[in-house]
Amino acid sequence: MNLQLTEDGRLRHLLTLDGLPRAIITQILDTAESFMDVGEREVKKVPLLRGKSIFNLFFEPSTRTRTTFEIAAKRLSADVVNLNIATSSQTKGEAILDTVDNLAAMHADMFIVRHAQSGAAHFIAHHVAPHISVVNAGDGRHAHPTQGLLDMFTIRRYKGEFHNLTVAIVGDVLHSRVARSQIHALTTLGVPEVRVVGPKTLLPAGVEQMGVRVFHDMEAGLTGCDVVIMLRLQNERMKGARLPSAQEYFKFFGLTPEKLALARPDAIVMHPGPMNRGVEIASEVADGPQSVILPQVTYGIAVRMAVMAMLAGGATA
Amino acid sequence: MHASLPDANTLIARLADAIAPTLSPDTLIVGIHTGGVWVAERLHALLHCTKPLGTLDISFYRDDFSRIGLHPQVKPSNLPFALEGRDILLVDDVLHTGRTVRAAMNELFDYGRPASIRLAVLVDRGGHELPIRPDFAGLTIAVPDHQNINLSRLDDGHLTLTLA
Repeated sequence: MNLQLTEDGRLRHLLTLDGLPRAIITQILDTAESFMDVGEREVKKVPLLRGKSIFNLFFEPSTRTRTTFEIAAKRLSADVVNLNIATSSQTKGEAILDTVDNLAAMHADMFIVRHAQSGAAHFIAHHVAPHISVVNAGDGRHAHPTQGLLDMFTIRRYKGEFHNLTVAIVGDVLHSRVARSQIHALTTLGVPEVRVVGPKTLLPAGVEQMGVRVFHDMEAGLTGCDVVIMLRLQNERMKGARLPSAQEYFKFFGLTPEKLALARPDAIVMHPGPMNRGVEIASEVADGPQSVILPQVTYGIAVRMAVMAMLAGGATA
Repeated sequence: MHASLPDANTLIARLADAIAPTLSPDTLIVGIHTGGVWVAERLHALLHCTKPLGTLDISFYRDDFSRIGLHPQVKPSNLPFALEGRDILLVDDVLHTGRTVRAAMNELFDYGRPASIRLAVLVDRGGHELPIRPDFAGLTIAVPDHQNINLSRLDDGHLTLTLA
């Protein structure tokens, strides 16, 4: 049974892009497109989710993701409650499902869940009552579907189509839930060449089975690309034995203007943020003309509005 | 095909004739997706309106959203002008319950505060559920609840009314 879809094929929860049908992904992107102008009107709101209560359940810190979910929910006229659980009752030892049950008793309609543990959002989705939807806002190394979707939205806005693209995902794929979601979405949408580029120690074993080409040499990996997606190198990885130093990493896998010149002249540069300038990306590139990193943030609001609107509508039908 | 349904293009011409004397040069014409936009395009041309044509998709304002969900093909609304203090001519193809028009007015007010809104419809078929009546109607006809009037557009742009 597919937990994400209703029996008649509508979106029920958004937990992963793995196995999400192409038609649903396209519908999310199309719906997001029509939400794009809401942020520019006199009243930056539509009344779709009026009277709905959305709980941002963040068991792991996040600024951008939580804020864009909050803005998206508010632009849909929902009531939003932010819970930073690391500093709340979880520290008092309350089990995760007790927290969820308590919030459900407050008549929650939707949970946006961020958790360091892979599978946390699935776990909650299995547990909740039928009228409650769950959106995975990042679980461990597993998935970050709304980030993957906003990246697809960004690519479609700048490149128009997917069927003729070469896309490189560069950096710490091993620890990246964003990369997994991107790979699933890119292959589902029919991108013919998805590349992952990084040192052996930061690429998962068997990643080829996800339908990607593997490059350990960044110059070769970037050559001819239409889209270059840089991943954040998490500082804590540097402390282990996987990497010698930030300087050394930048030398081989940092995106500089010289390396970017190997991609197509009209290639776009993306990053899910937060960036480590001078580690995985040079400031000249991050702030340069090919960077679409800030538009990604803006698009993230419209994409999250689309996901929440599709989940909330017709839920009782 | 209902034998007594008049030709849509004749009705639009009749509608334009009725609207023309009341139209100021500053009136903005706004069509409601999808059929209302087709009618609005014709009226915009027939009335020699110099202001751009506005379009509304009221999917985000529907009152049955929580029951039936989002229409899979939402089109962006496009109002290429400021509404503040302007006279609006709102155009739809068929007036039935009035709920679409209510949603459209709610959406218009989220863009600004117009001075006035008037409603022009190709067909007023009755069955109103809200205190909404057209200022201009090409045809007023009582259609039973179980039947629907539809406006369709052929590839050559020809508009046809059908009763089913």
